Amino acid sequence: MRRRRMTDHPVAGALFVLPFFLVVVAFLVVPLGYAFWLSLSSKSLALGEQFTGFGNYTRAFTDPVLLDGFLRVLVFGAVQVPLMLGIALVGALTLDAVTTRFAIAFRLIAFMPYAVPAVLGALMWGFLYSRTFGPFADLPTAFGGAPADFFSADLLLVSLGNIVTWAWTGYNMIVLYSALQGVPREMYEAALIDGASQVQIAVRVKVPAIRQAIALAAIFSVIGTMQFFVEPYVMSRFAPQISAGYTPNLYAYNQAFAYSDFHYSAAISFALGFVVFVAAYAFVLSTRKRRSS
Amino acid sequence: MTRPATVRTRVPHLLMAAGMLYFLVPLLWIVIAATKNQADLLSSPAMWFGDEFSLFDNLVRLFREDGGVYGDWLLNTAVYSGGSAVGATVLASLAGYGLARFSFWGKRFFETALLGMIMVPATALVLPTYLILSNVGIVNTMWAVILPSLLSPFGTYLVRVYVAESIPVELLDAARLDQASELRIFWQVVVPNIRPVFVTVFLFTLVATWNNYFLPLVMLSDADLFPLTVGLTTWFNTAQQEAGTRVLFDLVVTGALLAIVPLVIAFVLLQRFWRSGAAAGALR
Repeated sequence: MRRRRMTDHPVAGALFVLPFFLVVVAFLVVPLGYAFWLSLSSKSLALGEQFTGFGNYTRAFTDPVLLDGFLRVLVFGAVQVPLMLGIALVGALTLDAVTTRFAIAFRLIAFMPYAVPAVLGALMWGFLYSRTFGPFADLPTAFGGAPADFFSADLLLVSLGNIVTWAWTGYNMIVLYSALQGVPREMYEAALIDGASQVQIAVRVKVPAIRQAIALAAIFSVIGTMQFFVEPYVMSRFAPQISAGYTPNLYAYNQAFAYSDFHYSAAISFALGFVVFVAAYAFVLSTRKRRSS
Repeated sequence: MTRPATVRTRVPHLLMAAGMLYFLVPLLWIVIAATKNQADLLSSPAMWFGDEFSLFDNLVRLFREDGGVYGDWLLNTAVYSGGSAVGATVLASLAGYGLARFSFWGKRFFETALLGMIMVPATALVLPTYLILSNVGIVNTMWAVILPSLLSPFGTYLVRVYVAESIPVELLDAARLDQASELRIFWQVVVPNIRPVFVTVFLFTLVATWNNYFLPLVMLSDADLFPLTVGLTTWFNTAQQEAGTRVLFDLVVTGALLAIVPLVIAFVLLQRFWRSGAAAGALR
């Protein structure tokens, strides 16, 4: 007989879930529905509010500014996310293998940037990048070069990538490290006795054992990248070439609050949310299936 | 034996030292910068102290500028993040327990949907929520920040996982035989047993609200309702626009340092709770 896992008090169970359910309805289902409904109409001076069906979406998917921003975020994520997770993984494997006091200090320090609000982190790096406040811009002059301009079009994405990497690498390292702590020692004890090196064990045993955690960290990083807003928003004070449509989310914000076009803004938000949601959910389902089969 | 061991650990220790330097430089910079007045900030070497030690002077001016609005921002941040974290933790605990240990109509569907809710990008919700709340008439109030922050699908998910692993049904049945009410069972049997995940969810939502910028930026327009994140950036904008006429850069830096210090300390002390939460989330 299958062991009983649930108790039969349906009313009590539903009541426990009810408060959370109401919050879900009020601040997730209704806003999403409202955004969708808004996105189906447009407002113009001549005609007032008018039902336009998927007109806003046709406009979004042919809007060069939005597509540019979307492409920029994709390229950014394709470079920054693997780089960050790679560093985090190496760090986590190091922490798992080396247990000196130095390693403990490293673990604590690596986690500190996560405690810094993203907007303040971006502000700090903005100061550090600037010629008047920071130490880095004038570094090349020591070797006879021209001072570096971290806000120039060439370096801007790299500068932004560094801010995100600084803020999130330690957090991801801790996540992967705790996953590594859950890997049973028996899995590689024999290999150790056979004389396998720590690097071999890391690559052949440990990394495959935590690939679920790596995948999860990757999903959350991609979701975060697609919503890229705070860092470019703050950096635009230092770098005026960050335009109103630099990232899709920045574009949605500016459509609403700079141009008062809430209908189009809602369409962008909804389309962006939908793309991210579908991609992430498909990824989760595919990794789950592979594991259970 | 010792010799190869030291050679083998030298490379990892060098890597870790480089990492520490990278993570620490911006934090060291802001600690040093907060001790400078505006003139030193603009002229002295970035990673070393200026001519005068102005930290205390900066702190005094920080709390006087704009009629002491920084104190309001500090208090607002504490209220928003504390209120949201308490509320979200209570809701997530109740719901996580309900999902883990009861069966009722629509539960399977809701559990599947829960996984999807974690994937919904938070910023996609902010603009429509703003429009709805402005129709209800509560934008530009504390509630406009706290109420949307109560939503924590990830917290509910963590509690559900934890309860399923740590609270046997037999324990609940025994309590029911003693005629305890369901609410009392939750309070006296479940809550003491799920304390670690309770703390984890509390910390996650606390930090999420403390760090949140987009939501309060959209919802609030009165300066005395701002949290630190929004307040300091408005000062920074003023400092840039009125460069020279108003001395503000030093206050932005000192204010940012003061906003960061308590969280960094709390993080270092409470790191194990993040690890347990991260592990629970990664296990499934």
